[in-house]
Amino acid sequence: MTSLTAPLPGSKKLGLVIDLDTCVGCHACAVNCKEWNTGGHSAPLPDFDPYGANVSGVWFNRIHTFEAGEGDSSRTVHFPKSCLHCETPACVTVCPTGASFKRAEDGIVLVNPDTCIGCKLCSWACPYGAREFDADEGVMKKCTLCIDRIYNENLAENERVPACVSTCPASARHFGDLGDPSSDVSRLVAERGGFALMPEMEYAPVNRYLPPRAAKTAVGCTGAKAELDRPADAAVLHPLLRWMDKVLSR
Amino acid sequence: MHPAFSVIFFTTSSGAGYGLLALVAVASALGFVPASGWFAVVSLGPATALIVAGLLASTLHLGHPERAWRAFSQVRSSWLSREGVAAVLTFLPMAVFGIAWAFCGRSDGVFALVGLFAALCATVTVFTTAMIYRSLKPIHQWHNRWTVPNYLALSFATGGLLLDALVQIWGRPQAVVGIAALVFVAMAAYLKHRYWNFIDTTKSASTPESATGLGARGKVRFLDAPHTEENYLQKEMGFAIARKHAVKLRAIARHSAFHLPFLLTAASLLLTGMPAALAAVAAAVFGIAGTLVERWLFFAEAKHAVTLYYGASEV
Ligand code: SF4
Ligand code: SF4
Ligand code: SF4
Repeated sequence: MTSLTAPLPGSKKLGLVIDLDTCVGCHACAVNCKEWNTGGHSAPLPDFDPYGANVSGVWFNRIHTFEAGEGDSSRTVHFPKSCLHCETPACVTVCPTGASFKRAEDGIVLVNPDTCIGCKLCSWACPYGAREFDADEGVMKKCTLCIDRIYNENLAENERVPACVSTCPASARHFGDLGDPSSDVSRLVAERGGFALMPEMEYAPVNRYLPPRAAKTAVGCTGAKAELDRPADAAVLHPLLRWMDKVLSR
Repeated sequence: MHPAFSVIFFTTSSGAGYGLLALVAVASALGFVPASGWFAVVSLGPATALIVAGLLASTLHLGHPERAWRAFSQVRSSWLSREGVAAVLTFLPMAVFGIAWAFCGRSDGVFALVGLFAALCATVTVFTTAMIYRSLKPIHQWHNRWTVPNYLALSFATGGLLLDALVQIWGRPQAVVGIAALVFVAMAAYLKHRYWNFIDTTKSASTPESATGLGARGKVRFLDAPHTEENYLQKEMGFAIARKHAVKLRAIARHSAFHLPFLLTAASLLLTGMPAALAAVAAAVFGIAGTLVERWLFFAEAKHAVTLYYGASEV
């Protein structure tokens, strides 16, 4: 059903928290997302002209890079972006078939590939560019929040997190229930001043981004001496004395 | 936004068809068009053809046209769904009105009322089409109060020009029909002018700063794209038209959709016989061609918020 239903009482708001301070822009999460999902719920994720000059394909997660600020205080920020699983997303309400839907129990936004007519309207309605059309299958595809991992009882419990989260070498992606103020992710957001993207669109994204920490502008005391001790005085001695030193040190 | 031919053709063709249907029904109820059943054939026939051709074209860009029937199911929230339902529902009064008039020669009394109802349905359908665009918040050039009036006015303008051409060809020119066409064309020209003025002087509240949330650090500049070649998002949403081309195309649209049809229709009001009919037909042809250009621009000049993630500094 395309109309948004009120979330069930006590239902979860599953989403991601992405740390723009620690993301190193390695694209590992994008690669692992592609790897998992091309065999997962929305499989396959096609690539067109993969070895040609005009390669393109369906990806659920893309890493952009921005520069913010000027001069000494400017900073390069790697910016991973996948579906934000918004609370009031027009990508769901514009869908004429009901193929685009938001689950009441955990807030995950999905596309039903059996009823999607491939009209692309939902991708026009998403300001974040989280939906990509699969021209092979003729249906819309998007991040599933790895619904086939997070509830997958065949995986060890600590592996029941999205592929992008599990693979990040910098632990810049966190997964959890953002509707529960006491969850780890909610506390992280509160601590670090996490924010939503384009709040003016009023789609109420669930995902949060953590801002880059302020850069250090002064060097503090690390406990090291300001200058190293000269090694031995040997270096400055006369060659004769050096020889004597060597003989006597035997 | 990528100007897909199927959608440009659909909105122009169906728009003109619904406009023609609505105006034929109203003019018939008021007795301004010939009562002959044959006139129903030559007026409602082309209207139906334009509507059906447009609707068929609109299914061309679907990934799964065979599932198109599913699009009628979400009228509670989706303007696309509402448009589909409105389009299909319009066929009912339209068929009753057309059949009664064409085959039984009846266009009076209750049949005139059915015709007026068809006119209302046609107008609602054009309104729902416009609302599909109007409701898309990420596209500032669509999500504004000028979109819907523009669609309605252009639908009536092209429909009015077609009706005027038809009564001229029929040999029963009616000044009222010509004047109505002039009024609709003038209205459409004014509304388009306001629309262009609006998109030239305003922009979306979204910026690279709000898109990344990094505004607190200062200006945000795009440094690196996630991929080397264009992806779906850039092809579909990132279409950009050079400013100088836009200026030229706007001039072409203005002249073809508004200025020429207005002058030609005015001329046909003053002329008689063959020259008048030719002027009216030319007015309709220019009007529709100009509307195609206008519709192309409506897409090409629309900037989607997602482009902020791909280097746009404003949308
Ligand atoms: S990020 Fe886009 S696709 Fe995901 S829920 Fe929000 S609007 Fe929909
Ligand atoms: S592309 Fe599919 S999911 Fe998206 S709006 Fe159209 S029918 Fe719905
Ligand atoms: S949650 Fe899963 S589908 Fe979504 S971006 Fe991460 S890996 Fe991809």
